[in-house]
Amino acid sequence: MDNNFLGHHISQQFNVELEDIRTRVLSMGGLVEQQIHDAITALVAADTDLAKNVVKNDVKVNAFEVSIDEECARILARRQPAASDLRLVVAVIKTITDLERIGDEAEKVARMAVELADLERPRTQYHETQSLGEHVQSMLHGALDAFARMDVEAALKVAKEDESVDHEYEGILRQQITHMMEDPRSIKRAMDVIWALRALERIGDHSKNICEYIIYLVKGKDVRHLGLQEMEKEVVEE
Amino acid sequence: MGNQETPTHGIDISSLGRSEAGVDLQTNKICMEAKNLNLFYGEKQALYDIGLKIPKQKVTAFIGPSGCGKSTLLRCMNRMNDLVDNVRIEGQLLLDEHNIYDKSVDVAELRRRVGMVFQKPNPFPKSIYENAAYGLRLQGINDRRTLDDVVERALKRAALWDEVRDRLHDNALGLSGGQQQRLVIARAVAIEPEVLLLDEPASALDPISTLKIEELIYELKNKYTIVIVTHNMQQAARVSDCTVFMYMGKLIEFGDTNQLFTNPTEKQTEDYITGRYG
Repeated sequence: MDNNFLGHHISQQFNVELEDIRTRVLSMGGLVEQQIHDAITALVAADTDLAKNVVKNDVKVNAFEVSIDEECARILARRQPAASDLRLVVAVIKTITDLERIGDEAEKVARMAVELADLERPRTQYHETQSLGEHVQSMLHGALDAFARMDVEAALKVAKEDESVDHEYEGILRQQITHMMEDPRSIKRAMDVIWALRALERIGDHSKNICEYIIYLVKGKDVRHLGLQEMEKEVVEE
Repeated sequence: MGNQETPTHGIDISSLGRSEAGVDLQTNKICMEAKNLNLFYGEKQALYDIGLKIPKQKVTAFIGPSGCGKSTLLRCMNRMNDLVDNVRIEGQLLLDEHNIYDKSVDVAELRRRVGMVFQKPNPFPKSIYENAAYGLRLQGINDRRTLDDVVERALKRAALWDEVRDRLHDNALGLSGGQQQRLVIARAVAIEPEVLLLDEPASALDPISTLKIEELIYELKNKYTIVIVTHNMQQAARVSDCTVFMYMGKLIEFGDTNQLFTNPTEKQTEDYITGRYG
Protein backbone atom coordinates (compact mmCIF):
# COMPACT_ATOMS: atom_id res chain seq x y z
CA MET A 1 0.00 0.00 0.00
CA ASP A 2 1.59 3.26 -1.00
CA ASN A 3 1.54 6.34 1.13
CA ASN A 4 -0.86 8.10 -1.19
CA PHE A 5 -3.50 5.39 -1.11
CA LEU A 6 -6.20 7.61 0.35
CA GLY A 7 -6.65 9.50 -2.89
CA HIS A 8 -7.89 8.40 -6.28
CA HIS A 9 -11.47 7.71 -5.32
CA ILE A 10 -13.96 8.52 -8.02
CA SER A 11 -15.73 10.49 -5.32
CA GLN A 12 -13.46 13.46 -4.53
CA GLN A 13 -15.51 14.12 -1.44
CA PHE A 14 -14.66 10.66 -0.11
CA ASN A 15 -10.94 11.41 -0.58
CA VAL A 16 -11.43 14.57 1.42
CA GLU A 17 -13.28 12.77 4.22
CA LEU A 18 -10.66 10.04 4.61
CA GLU A 19 -7.80 12.52 4.42
CA ASP A 20 -9.60 14.58 7.04
CA ILE A 21 -9.87 11.79 9.63
CA ARG A 22 -6.25 10.84 9.00
CA THR A 23 -5.12 14.43 9.54
CA ARG A 24 -7.22 14.74 12.67
CA VAL A 25 -5.70 11.56 14.14
CA LEU A 26 -2.26 13.03 13.58
CA SER A 27 -3.25 16.34 15.19
CA MET A 28 -4.70 14.46 18.13
CA GLY A 29 -1.45 12.49 18.31
CA GLY A 30 0.54 15.73 18.29
CA LEU A 31 -1.52 17.11 21.15
CA VAL A 32 -1.09 13.92 23.17
CA GLU A 33 2.67 13.99 22.58
CA GLN A 34 2.76 17.54 23.89
CA GLN A 35 0.74 16.48 26.94
CA ILE A 36 3.22 13.73 27.84
CA HIS A 37 6.15 16.04 27.29
CA ASP A 38 4.65 18.74 29.50
CA ALA A 39 3.64 16.24 32.20
CA ILE A 40 7.17 14.87 32.46
CA THR A 41 8.73 18.32 32.39
CA ALA A 42 6.34 19.43 35.12
CA LEU A 43 7.27 16.45 37.27
CA VAL A 44 11.01 16.79 36.83
CA ALA A 45 11.05 20.59 37.21
CA ALA A 46 8.38 20.67 39.96
CA ASP A 47 6.40 23.07 37.77
CA THR A 48 2.91 22.99 39.29
CA ASP A 49 1.41 25.46 36.82
CA LEU A 50 2.50 23.41 33.84
CA ALA A 51 1.14 20.26 35.50
CA LYS A 52 -2.23 21.90 36.11
CA ASN A 53 -2.26 23.01 32.51
CA VAL A 54 -1.81 19.38 31.39
CA VAL A 55 -4.74 18.31 33.55
CA LYS A 56 -6.86 21.09 32.04
CA ASN A 57 -5.87 20.23 28.48
CA ASP A 58 -7.06 16.64 28.74
CA VAL A 59 -10.57 17.79 27.77
CA LYS A 60 -9.14 18.78 24.38
CA VAL A 61 -7.86 15.25 23.87
CA ASN A 62 -11.27 13.89 24.82
CA ALA A 63 -12.98 16.27 22.40
CA PHE A 64 -10.72 15.03 19.60
CA GLU A 65 -11.73 11.46 20.35
CA VAL A 66 -15.44 12.24 20.29
CA SER A 67 -15.32 14.24 17.07
CA ILE A 68 -13.18 11.71 15.17
CA ASP A 69 -15.42 8.86 16.32
CA GLU A 70 -18.42 10.79 15.08
CA GLU A 71 -16.82 11.40 11.70
CA CYS A 72 -15.91 7.70 11.39
CA ALA A 73 -19.50 6.68 12.13
CA ARG A 74 -20.67 9.13 9.48
CA ILE A 75 -18.29 7.66 6.91
CA LEU A 76 -19.41 4.12 7.73
CA ALA A 77 -23.06 5.10 7.33
CA ARG A 78 -22.67 7.15 4.19
CA ARG A 79 -19.89 5.45 2.25
CA GLN A 80 -19.97 1.81 3.33
CA PRO A 81 -16.21 1.66 2.86
CA ALA A 82 -14.60 -1.61 1.77
CA ALA A 83 -11.11 -3.12 1.82
CA SER A 84 -8.34 -0.62 2.73
CA ASP A 85 -10.85 2.21 3.25
CA LEU A 86 -12.76 0.08 5.74
CA ARG A 87 -9.55 -0.94 7.46
CA LEU A 88 -8.51 2.71 7.71
CA VAL A 89 -11.75 3.65 9.45
CA VAL A 90 -11.54 0.66 11.81
CA ALA A 91 -7.87 1.38 12.55
CA VAL A 92 -8.65 5.05 13.23
CA ILE A 93 -11.50 4.22 15.62
CA LYS A 94 -9.17 1.96 17.58
CA THR A 95 -6.15 4.26 17.41
CA ILE A 96 -7.98 7.22 18.90
CA THR A 97 -9.17 5.08 21.82
CA ASP A 98 -5.54 4.34 22.65
CA LEU A 99 -4.54 7.97 22.10
CA GLU A 100 -7.24 9.08 24.49
CA ARG A 101 -5.98 6.62 27.10
CA ILE A 102 -2.44 7.90 26.60
CA GLY A 103 -3.89 11.34 27.26
CA ASP A 104 -5.34 10.02 30.53
CA GLU A 105 -1.96 8.59 31.52
CA ALA A 106 -0.32 11.96 30.84
CA GLU A 107 -2.93 13.53 33.08
CA LYS A 108 -2.09 11.03 35.84
CA VAL A 109 1.59 11.90 35.57
CA ALA A 110 0.66 15.58 35.81
CA ARG A 111 -1.42 14.99 38.95
CA MET A 112 1.52 13.17 40.52
CA ALA A 113 3.73 16.11 39.51
CA VAL A 114 1.49 18.40 41.56
CA GLU A 115 1.75 16.04 44.57
CA LEU A 116 5.51 15.63 44.25
CA ALA A 117 6.19 19.34 43.89
CA ASP A 118 5.52 19.77 47.63
CA LEU A 119 7.78 16.91 48.70
CA GLU A 120 11.52 16.81 49.19
CA ARG A 121 13.33 16.03 45.95
CA PRO A 122 15.36 12.84 45.67
CA ARG A 123 19.08 12.84 44.98
CA THR A 124 18.47 11.57 41.45
CA GLN A 125 16.31 14.62 40.63
CA TYR A 126 13.78 12.23 39.00
CA HIS A 127 16.33 11.42 36.36
CA GLU A 128 15.04 7.84 35.94
CA THR A 129 11.43 9.00 35.52
CA GLN A 130 12.54 11.45 32.88
CA SER A 131 14.47 8.71 31.08
CA LEU A 132 11.48 6.32 31.01
CA GLY A 133 9.29 9.24 29.92
CA GLU A 134 11.57 10.05 27.02
CA HIS A 135 11.62 6.41 26.07
CA VAL A 136 7.81 6.13 25.78
CA GLN A 137 7.60 9.54 24.13
CA SER A 138 9.86 8.33 21.37
CA MET A 139 7.71 5.19 21.07
CA LEU A 140 4.55 7.23 20.60
CA HIS A 141 6.31 9.54 18.19
CA GLY A 142 7.50 6.53 16.19
CA ALA A 143 3.99 5.02 16.18
CA LEU A 144 2.42 8.23 14.91
CA ASP A 145 5.14 8.60 12.32
CA ALA A 146 4.54 5.03 11.12
CA PHE A 147 0.81 5.79 10.97
CA ALA A 148 1.43 8.91 8.88
CA ARG A 149 3.63 7.00 6.44
CA MET A 150 1.71 3.67 6.59
CA ASP A 151 5.08 2.12 7.34
CA VAL A 152 4.74 -1.41 8.78
CA GLU A 153 8.47 -1.94 9.27
CA ALA A 154 8.65 1.19 11.38
CA ALA A 155 5.54 0.06 13.27
CA LEU A 156 7.15 -3.29 14.00
CA LYS A 157 10.29 -1.58 15.28
CA VAL A 158 8.27 0.56 17.68
CA ALA A 159 6.25 -2.45 18.87
CA LYS A 160 9.48 -4.27 19.69
CA GLU A 161 10.60 -1.31 21.77
CA ASP A 162 7.81 -1.99 24.29
CA GLU A 163 9.75 -4.88 25.76
CA SER A 164 12.69 -2.69 26.65
CA VAL A 165 10.33 -0.11 28.16
CA ASP A 166 8.91 -2.88 30.36
CA HIS A 167 12.41 -3.85 31.48
CA GLU A 168 13.33 -0.28 32.24
CA TYR A 169 10.11 0.10 34.26
CA GLU A 170 10.84 -3.00 36.31
CA GLY A 171 14.37 -1.79 37.00
CA ILE A 172 13.20 1.58 38.29
CA LEU A 173 10.49 -0.10 40.32
CA ARG A 174 13.10 -2.18 42.13
CA GLN A 175 15.08 0.98 42.78
CA GLN A 176 12.04 2.64 44.36
CA ILE A 177 11.43 -0.38 46.58
CA THR A 178 15.02 -0.18 47.75
CA HIS A 179 14.56 3.50 48.58
CA MET A 180 11.46 2.72 50.60
CA MET A 181 13.26 0.01 52.57
CA GLU A 182 16.28 2.18 53.21
CA ASP A 183 14.28 5.17 54.36
CA PRO A 184 10.60 4.75 55.26
CA ARG A 185 10.20 8.52 55.20
CA SER A 186 10.52 8.37 51.42
CA ILE A 187 7.51 6.03 51.07
CA LYS A 188 5.02 8.78 50.26
CA ARG A 189 7.26 10.15 47.52
CA ALA A 190 8.18 6.70 46.17
CA MET A 191 4.51 5.73 45.94
CA ASP A 192 3.71 8.83 43.92
CA VAL A 193 6.69 8.22 41.66
CA ILE A 194 5.56 4.62 41.13
CA TRP A 195 2.10 5.87 40.06
CA ALA A 196 3.74 8.12 37.52
CA LEU A 197 6.07 5.36 36.31
CA ARG A 198 3.16 3.00 35.93
CA ALA A 199 1.33 5.57 33.81
CA LEU A 200 4.39 6.00 31.59
CA GLU A 201 4.79 2.27 31.17
CA ARG A 202 1.14 2.06 30.03
CA ILE A 203 1.86 4.66 27.37
CA GLY A 204 4.33 2.18 25.90
CA ASP A 205 1.60 -0.49 25.78
CA HIS A 206 -0.86 1.86 24.07
CA SER A 207 1.78 2.90 21.53
CA LYS A 208 2.37 -0.74 20.76
CA ASN A 209 -1.37 -1.21 20.22
CA ILE A 210 -1.34 1.62 17.69
CA CYS A 211 1.46 -0.15 15.83
CA GLU A 212 -0.68 -3.28 15.65
CA TYR A 213 -3.51 -1.27 14.10
CA ILE A 214 -1.09 0.09 11.50
CA ILE A 215 -0.10 -3.44 10.53
CA TYR A 216 -3.80 -4.36 10.28
CA LEU A 217 -4.48 -1.29 8.19
CA VAL A 218 -1.66 -1.91 5.73
CA LYS A 219 -1.49 -5.70 5.63
CA GLY A 220 -5.06 -6.65 6.50
CA LYS A 221 -3.73 -8.97 9.20
CA ASP A 222 -4.86 -8.78 12.80
CA VAL A 223 -1.64 -9.25 14.77
CA ARG A 224 -2.96 -8.52 18.26
CA HIS A 225 -2.03 -10.98 20.99
CA LEU A 226 0.25 -12.87 18.65
CA GLY A 227 3.68 -12.19 20.08
CA LEU A 228 6.50 -10.36 18.35
CA GLN A 229 7.73 -13.27 16.27
CA GLU A 230 4.35 -13.90 14.66
CA MET A 231 3.94 -10.18 14.16
CA GLU A 232 7.26 -9.96 12.39
CA LYS A 233 6.31 -12.88 10.15
CA GLU A 234 3.14 -11.12 9.04
CA VAL A 235 5.02 -7.91 8.34
CA VAL A 236 7.73 -9.56 6.29
CA GLU A 237 5.27 -11.74 4.36
CA GLU A 238 4.31 -10.32 1.01
CA MET B 1 -18.12 -27.86 43.41
CA GLY B 2 -15.38 -29.56 41.48
CA ASN B 3 -16.56 -28.35 38.13
CA GLN B 4 -16.64 -24.59 38.25
CA GLU B 5 -17.37 -23.06 34.87
CA THR B 6 -16.73 -19.57 33.69
CA PRO B 7 -20.04 -17.85 32.95
CA THR B 8 -20.14 -17.36 29.17
CA HIS B 9 -23.79 -16.39 28.68
CA GLY B 10 -24.33 -19.20 26.25
CA ILE B 11 -21.48 -18.19 23.94
CA ASP B 12 -19.22 -20.98 22.81
CA ILE B 13 -15.79 -19.63 23.77
CA SER B 14 -13.98 -22.02 21.47
CA SER B 15 -15.63 -20.32 18.50
CA LEU B 16 -14.23 -16.90 19.40
CA GLY B 17 -11.04 -15.45 18.00
CA ARG B 18 -9.90 -15.13 14.45
CA SER B 19 -12.46 -16.60 12.08
CA GLU B 20 -11.63 -18.84 9.18
CA ALA B 21 -12.96 -18.21 5.69
CA GLY B 22 -16.72 -18.82 5.47
CA VAL B 23 -16.43 -21.21 2.56
CA ASP B 24 -13.53 -23.55 2.21
CA LEU B 25 -13.17 -23.73 -1.54
CA GLN B 26 -10.90 -26.74 -1.26
CA THR B 27 -13.37 -28.95 0.56
CA ASN B 28 -16.82 -27.57 -0.28
CA LYS B 29 -18.68 -29.64 -2.87
CA ILE B 30 -18.53 -28.20 -6.35
CA CYS B 31 -21.73 -27.66 -8.28
CA MET B 32 -20.53 -26.08 -11.50
CA GLU B 33 -17.05 -25.61 -12.84
CA ALA B 34 -15.70 -23.58 -15.74
CA LYS B 35 -12.49 -24.86 -17.29
CA ASN B 36 -10.47 -22.73 -19.71
CA LEU B 37 -13.67 -21.11 -20.90
CA ASN B 38 -13.28 -18.67 -23.79
CA LEU B 39 -16.18 -16.92 -25.47
CA PHE B 40 -16.25 -14.88 -28.67
CA TYR B 41 -18.96 -12.64 -30.05
CA GLY B 42 -17.91 -12.84 -33.70
CA GLU B 43 -14.30 -11.64 -33.77
CA LYS B 44 -14.46 -10.05 -30.38
CA GLN B 45 -13.40 -12.12 -27.41
CA ALA B 46 -15.63 -11.52 -24.37
CA LEU B 47 -14.33 -14.11 -21.91
CA TYR B 48 -10.69 -15.10 -21.48
CA ASP B 49 -9.71 -18.47 -20.10
CA ILE B 50 -12.15 -18.52 -17.19
CA GLY B 51 -11.45 -21.16 -14.56
CA LEU B 52 -13.92 -21.19 -11.70
CA LYS B 53 -15.53 -23.60 -9.25
CA ILE B 54 -19.02 -22.70 -8.03
CA PRO B 55 -19.55 -24.25 -4.59
CA LYS B 56 -22.73 -26.21 -3.97
CA GLN B 57 -25.54 -24.65 -1.94
CA LYS B 58 -23.69 -21.40 -1.53
CA VAL B 59 -24.27 -17.98 -2.98
CA THR B 60 -21.62 -16.88 -5.44
CA ALA B 61 -21.67 -13.27 -6.59
CA PHE B 62 -20.14 -11.93 -9.80
CA ILE B 63 -19.07 -8.32 -9.58
CA GLY B 64 -17.22 -6.02 -11.97
CA PRO B 65 -17.73 -2.94 -14.12
CA SER B 66 -20.17 -2.89 -17.02
CA GLY B 67 -18.96 -4.94 -19.96
CA CYS B 68 -16.56 -7.04 -17.90
CA GLY B 69 -18.29 -10.25 -18.96
CA LYS B 70 -20.09 -11.20 -15.78
CA SER B 71 -23.55 -11.46 -17.41
CA THR B 72 -22.01 -13.28 -20.37
CA LEU B 73 -20.47 -15.81 -18.02
CA LEU B 74 -23.77 -16.19 -16.16
CA ARG B 75 -25.60 -16.79 -19.44
CA CYS B 76 -23.09 -19.47 -20.37
CA MET B 77 -24.18 -21.42 -17.34
CA ASN B 78 -27.55 -22.38 -18.78
CA ARG B 79 -26.62 -21.86 -22.43
CA MET B 80 -28.61 -18.68 -22.89
CA ASN B 81 -25.84 -17.52 -25.20
CA ASP B 82 -26.93 -20.21 -27.67
CA LEU B 83 -29.69 -17.78 -28.60
CA VAL B 84 -27.21 -15.10 -29.66
CA ASP B 85 -25.87 -15.23 -33.24
CA ASN B 86 -22.16 -15.51 -33.87
CA VAL B 87 -21.26 -16.81 -30.46
CA ARG B 88 -18.40 -19.24 -30.22
CA ILE B 89 -17.47 -20.97 -26.99
CA GLU B 90 -14.28 -22.89 -26.25
CA GLY B 91 -13.46 -24.86 -23.14
CA GLN B 92 -15.76 -26.60 -20.74
CA LEU B 93 -18.53 -25.79 -18.32
CA LEU B 94 -19.31 -28.67 -16.05
CA LEU B 95 -22.51 -29.27 -14.12
CA ASP B 96 -21.95 -32.16 -11.72
CA GLU B 97 -18.88 -33.04 -13.76
CA HIS B 98 -20.68 -33.24 -17.12
CA ASN B 99 -19.93 -30.68 -19.79
CA ILE B 100 -23.13 -28.78 -20.52
CA TYR B 101 -21.82 -27.95 -23.99
CA ASP B 102 -21.63 -31.64 -24.87
CA LYS B 103 -23.64 -32.51 -27.99
CA SER B 104 -25.71 -35.04 -26.07
CA VAL B 105 -27.06 -32.44 -23.66
CA ASP B 106 -30.77 -31.62 -23.86
CA VAL B 107 -30.84 -27.84 -23.50
CA ALA B 108 -34.44 -27.75 -22.24
CA GLU B 109 -33.55 -30.25 -19.52
CA LEU B 110 -30.39 -28.24 -18.69
CA ARG B 111 -32.48 -25.09 -18.25
CA ARG B 112 -34.86 -26.98 -15.98
CA ARG B 113 -31.88 -27.85 -13.79
CA VAL B 114 -30.36 -24.38 -14.06
CA GLY B 115 -33.06 -21.73 -13.67
CA MET B 116 -32.63 -18.06 -14.41
CA VAL B 117 -34.15 -14.80 -13.19
CA PHE B 118 -33.57 -11.53 -15.01
CA GLN B 119 -33.18 -7.91 -14.04
CA LYS B 120 -36.69 -6.87 -15.03
CA PRO B 121 -39.48 -8.99 -13.59
CA ASN B 122 -41.04 -10.80 -16.52
CA PRO B 123 -44.17 -12.60 -15.34
CA PHE B 124 -46.44 -13.91 -18.08
CA PRO B 125 -49.71 -12.01 -18.59
CA LYS B 126 -51.57 -14.74 -16.78
CA SER B 127 -52.80 -15.30 -13.26
CA ILE B 128 -50.39 -15.58 -10.34
CA TYR B 129 -51.31 -19.24 -10.06
CA GLU B 130 -50.66 -19.99 -13.73
CA ASN B 131 -47.31 -18.22 -13.58
CA ALA B 132 -46.14 -20.39 -10.71
CA ALA B 133 -47.55 -23.53 -12.36
CA TYR B 134 -46.14 -22.74 -15.78
CA GLY B 135 -43.08 -24.99 -15.62
CA LEU B 136 -45.15 -27.98 -14.60
CA ARG B 137 -47.73 -27.39 -17.30
CA LEU B 138 -44.87 -27.37 -19.80
CA GLN B 139 -43.87 -30.76 -18.49
CA GLY B 140 -47.43 -31.93 -19.16
CA ILE B 141 -48.49 -32.04 -15.53
CA ASN B 142 -52.10 -30.90 -15.22
CA ASP B 143 -53.30 -32.70 -12.12
CA ARG B 144 -55.04 -30.05 -10.05
CA ARG B 145 -53.92 -31.30 -6.68
CA THR B 146 -50.26 -31.61 -7.71
CA LEU B 147 -50.34 -28.13 -9.19
CA ASP B 148 -51.99 -26.66 -6.07
CA ASP B 149 -49.28 -28.19 -3.89
CA VAL B 150 -46.42 -27.06 -6.08
CA VAL B 151 -47.79 -23.53 -6.49
CA GLU B 152 -48.22 -23.13 -2.75
CA ARG B 153 -44.80 -24.52 -1.99
CA ALA B 154 -43.10 -22.38 -4.62
CA LEU B 155 -44.86 -19.20 -3.52
CA LYS B 156 -44.00 -19.92 0.10
CA ARG B 157 -40.39 -20.54 -0.79
CA ALA B 158 -40.32 -17.25 -2.65
CA ALA B 159 -41.78 -15.51 0.41
CA LEU B 160 -44.81 -14.36 -1.56
CA TRP B 161 -47.54 -16.74 -0.38
CA ASP B 162 -48.86 -14.63 2.48
CA GLU B 163 -49.24 -11.61 0.22
CA VAL B 164 -51.10 -13.37 -2.61
CA ARG B 165 -52.84 -16.42 -1.13
CA ASP B 166 -56.30 -14.85 -1.40
CA ARG B 167 -55.88 -13.58 -4.96
CA LEU B 168 -54.08 -16.39 -6.74
CA HIS B 169 -56.22 -15.99 -9.81
CA ASP B 170 -55.65 -12.27 -10.27
CA ASN B 171 -53.43 -11.19 -13.13
CA ALA B 172 -49.76 -11.27 -12.19
CA LEU B 173 -49.16 -7.94 -13.89
CA GLY B 174 -51.17 -6.28 -11.11
CA LEU B 175 -48.47 -7.11 -8.58
CA SER B 176 -45.79 -4.60 -7.53
CA GLY B 177 -42.33 -4.88 -9.08
CA GLY B 178 -40.89 -6.56 -6.00
CA GLN B 179 -43.78 -9.02 -5.86
CA GLN B 180 -43.46 -9.73 -9.58
CA GLN B 181 -39.77 -10.50 -9.12
CA ARG B 182 -40.53 -12.90 -6.27
CA LEU B 183 -43.23 -14.49 -8.45
CA VAL B 184 -40.65 -15.03 -11.18
CA ILE B 185 -38.37 -16.65 -8.60
CA ALA B 186 -41.31 -18.82 -7.49
CA ARG B 187 -41.83 -19.82 -11.13
CA ALA B 188 -38.16 -20.77 -11.33
CA VAL B 189 -38.10 -22.80 -8.09
CA ALA B 190 -41.42 -24.59 -8.83
CA ILE B 191 -39.63 -26.99 -11.14
CA GLU B 192 -36.99 -27.81 -8.52
CA PRO B 193 -33.86 -26.61 -10.26
CA GLU B 194 -30.41 -27.31 -8.82
CA VAL B 195 -28.94 -23.94 -9.67
CA LEU B 196 -30.54 -20.51 -9.73
CA LEU B 197 -28.91 -17.83 -11.85
CA LEU B 198 -29.93 -14.33 -10.86
CA ASP B 199 -29.00 -11.52 -13.23
CA GLU B 200 -29.32 -8.24 -11.32
CA PRO B 201 -32.49 -9.50 -9.63
CA ALA B 202 -33.00 -6.42 -7.47
CA SER B 203 -31.67 -3.55 -9.51
CA ALA B 204 -35.12 -2.47 -10.69
CA LEU B 205 -36.62 -2.63 -7.20
CA ASP B 206 -36.99 -0.22 -4.28
CA PRO B 207 -34.82 -0.74 -1.17
CA ILE B 208 -37.46 -2.63 0.81
CA SER B 209 -38.25 -5.03 -2.03
CA THR B 210 -34.52 -5.41 -2.53
CA LEU B 211 -34.07 -6.46 1.09
CA LYS B 212 -36.90 -8.97 0.70
CA ILE B 213 -35.17 -10.48 -2.32
CA GLU B 214 -31.88 -10.61 -0.41
CA GLU B 215 -33.61 -12.29 2.51
CA LEU B 216 -35.10 -14.74 0.05
CA ILE B 217 -31.69 -15.52 -1.42
CA TYR B 218 -30.44 -16.27 2.07
CA GLU B 219 -33.33 -18.74 2.56
CA LEU B 220 -32.98 -20.32 -0.87
CA LYS B 221 -29.34 -21.26 -0.53
CA ASN B 222 -30.35 -24.03 1.85
CA LYS B 223 -31.78 -25.83 -1.15
CA TYR B 224 -30.14 -24.40 -4.24
CA THR B 225 -26.80 -23.24 -5.52
CA ILE B 226 -27.17 -19.58 -6.34
CA VAL B 227 -25.14 -17.42 -8.68
CA ILE B 228 -25.93 -13.73 -8.68
CA VAL B 229 -24.70 -10.93 -10.89
CA THR B 230 -24.96 -7.56 -9.24
CA HIS B 231 -23.74 -4.02 -9.72
CA ASN B 232 -24.44 -3.32 -6.11
CA MET B 233 -21.27 -4.22 -4.24
CA GLN B 234 -22.84 -3.89 -0.83
CA GLN B 235 -25.46 -6.34 -2.01
CA ALA B 236 -22.79 -8.80 -3.08
CA ALA B 237 -21.11 -8.34 0.30
CA ARG B 238 -24.39 -8.93 2.11
CA VAL B 239 -25.80 -11.94 0.31
CA SER B 240 -22.89 -13.95 -1.03
CA ASP B 241 -20.53 -16.52 0.44
CA CYS B 242 -18.03 -16.26 -2.39
CA THR B 243 -17.32 -13.40 -4.73
CA VAL B 244 -15.85 -13.35 -8.21
CA PHE B 245 -14.36 -10.10 -9.47
CA MET B 246 -14.13 -9.82 -13.25
CA TYR B 247 -12.51 -7.17 -15.39
CA MET B 248 -12.30 -6.94 -19.19
CA GLY B 249 -13.44 -10.52 -19.68
CA LYS B 250 -10.93 -11.95 -17.25
CA LEU B 251 -11.44 -13.45 -13.83
CA ILE B 252 -9.27 -11.32 -11.57
CA GLU B 253 -10.06 -12.68 -8.15
CA PHE B 254 -12.27 -15.38 -6.69
CA GLY B 255 -12.55 -15.89 -2.97
CA ASP B 256 -14.39 -15.86 0.30
CA THR B 257 -16.64 -12.78 0.39
CA ASN B 258 -15.53 -11.63 3.86
CA GLN B 259 -11.92 -11.83 2.81
CA LEU B 260 -12.46 -10.18 -0.55
CA PHE B 261 -14.28 -7.18 0.89
CA THR B 262 -11.91 -6.56 3.80
CA ASN B 263 -8.55 -7.56 2.37
CA PRO B 264 -8.57 -8.39 -1.34
CA THR B 265 -5.48 -9.95 -2.85
CA GLU B 266 -5.46 -8.14 -6.17
CA LYS B 267 -4.97 -4.42 -6.56
CA GLN B 268 -7.58 -4.25 -9.33
CA THR B 269 -10.16 -5.73 -6.96
CA GLU B 270 -9.18 -3.25 -4.28
CA ASP B 271 -9.51 -0.32 -6.68
CA TYR B 272 -12.92 -1.48 -7.86
CA ILE B 273 -14.55 -2.23 -4.51
CA THR B 274 -13.22 0.95 -2.93
CA GLY B 275 -14.39 3.07 -5.84
CA ARG B 276 -11.02 4.13 -7.23
CA TYR B 277 -9.85 4.39 -10.76
CA GLY B 278 -6.70 2.46 -11.55
